[in-house]
Amino acid sequence: MASESGGLSIKPMDQFQVKALFGGDISWYTPTNVTLWMALTVVAASALMIYGARGRALVPSRAQSAAEMTYGFIYNMVKDVAGHDAVRFFPHIFTLFMFVLFANLLGLIPFAFTTTSHIAVTAVLAFTVFLSVTALGFILNGTKFLGLFWVSSAPLALRPVLALIELISYFARPISHSIRLAGAMMAGHAVAKVFAGFASALGAAFFVPVLAVTALYALELLVAVIQAYVFTILTCVYLRDALHPSH
Amino acid sequence: MEGDIAEMGKYIGVGLTAIGMGGAAIGVGNIAGNFLSGALRNPSAAAGQTAMLFIGIAFAEALGIFSFLVALLLMFAV
Amino acid sequence: MAETANSGIGMPQLDISTFSNQIFWLVVTMVVLYYVMSRVALPRIAAVLADRRGTITSDIAAAEEYKLKAQQAEEAYNKALADARAEANRIVEAAKAEMQAELDVQIAKADAEISAKSAESERRIREIRYSEMELVTEVSKDVTNDILRVFDAKADSRSVTAAVNARLKGGA
Repeated sequence: MASESGGLSIKPMDQFQVKALFGGDISWYTPTNVTLWMALTVVAASALMIYGARGRALVPSRAQSAAEMTYGFIYNMVKDVAGHDAVRFFPHIFTLFMFVLFANLLGLIPFAFTTTSHIAVTAVLAFTVFLSVTALGFILNGTKFLGLFWVSSAPLALRPVLALIELISYFARPISHSIRLAGAMMAGHAVAKVFAGFASALGAAFFVPVLAVTALYALELLVAVIQAYVFTILTCVYLRDALHPSH
Repeated sequence: MEGDIAEMGKYIGVGLTAIGMGGAAIGVGNIAGNFLSGALRNPSAAAGQTAMLFIGIAFAEALGIFSFLVALLLMFAV
Repeated sequence: MAETANSGIGMPQLDISTFSNQIFWLVVTMVVLYYVMSRVALPRIAAVLADRRGTITSDIAAAEEYKLKAQQAEEAYNKALADARAEANRIVEAAKAEMQAELDVQIAKADAEISAKSAESERRIREIRYSEMELVTEVSKDVTNDILRVFDAKADSRSVTAAVNARLKGGA
């Protein structure tokens, strides 16, 4: 590794390291930067939804308007995508959205730690969604839930093949669901870090990578919101499948 | 010397996986372009289909992210 | 970089030793966030939204009511205007009729006076004519008596009168 002995020493993955806040080894209960940034996520979400909307004014302030728009946005998404009877799961989906959104956005603060860039975190979220939606499908529909895999509109000879494909894609759901979020977050931050490393290496021409990082930052802001949206809307899609398994 | 050849193969593999991201880019562009052409034909129906647009983009993008993940695994974990 | 990967830093996402820590804190965070959202934040915002919707609905209803009232007021105004116009017309008509009646009375009175005057004139003309006739009869009788006396004929006054009258009637 010649580059490492030279001036260019970029370690794009170091920002994802889990570190204990007060030193020492990391066991399951140790407060780490994960704890810190998850706590900040809760604080930020509460700040918007409770402190921002504290006025409960008839004519909302800006923060209250933002909180109400978030509420309405997710509410309509649940209602439109997953159906009217999915509205009772609205608090769960809203919690999921707020967590992912604020974890993504807070991760964009320089020197911040992005909790959603870790497979462990997103996998737990995605598998929780997957398992609860599957359980819900069987509880609500019984064996009729298996009709999800039996595409009755296809020719009979094709159905077993399709059933196999559907089954595989069904079990691939939590994997793609989790890796999409973690991968998008990880990729953006790693690329930003690489570009930032170029800035220190290029000397006088540092402004070129700085401009690139600025543009990338805007893109990452978009990605952070879109990934939160996509994570939530896919949850709604899976929920719809559980509530209405017939194609 | 042997280690260097293995190292080289690893980086070639990383580069090849990056092609997968290009495929995802084509897919996402295809979805967005087709959505736009459909939306321009029938603008009144476009607003209701943005959710489908994002779902489609998410599915296409996930495959690119998989290849990115493979690249990362090759770079840092193998 | 391969050396760093071997030393465990490579890709922190795959460091299994931190998984339990992350998962534990994630679960804690999600439970806290869920309770904060579902118990505090969402009901409040739902209440505010419902409140606003109610206010907007009642405001729209009130606006409808005011609009209705305004329409009613306009109708009343138009009605009053029409009434006033009708009243004015009626008064004009009444005045016209009164004047006409007055005029009629005056004309009738004038007519009556004129006819009375002409009747009086005719009566007097007739009177004059009658007195002239009597005078003629008187003169004729006297002349007849004189003639009879001249001719020395005997005749009573009655037969003379009858003869003169018959003669005058036939002559007239």
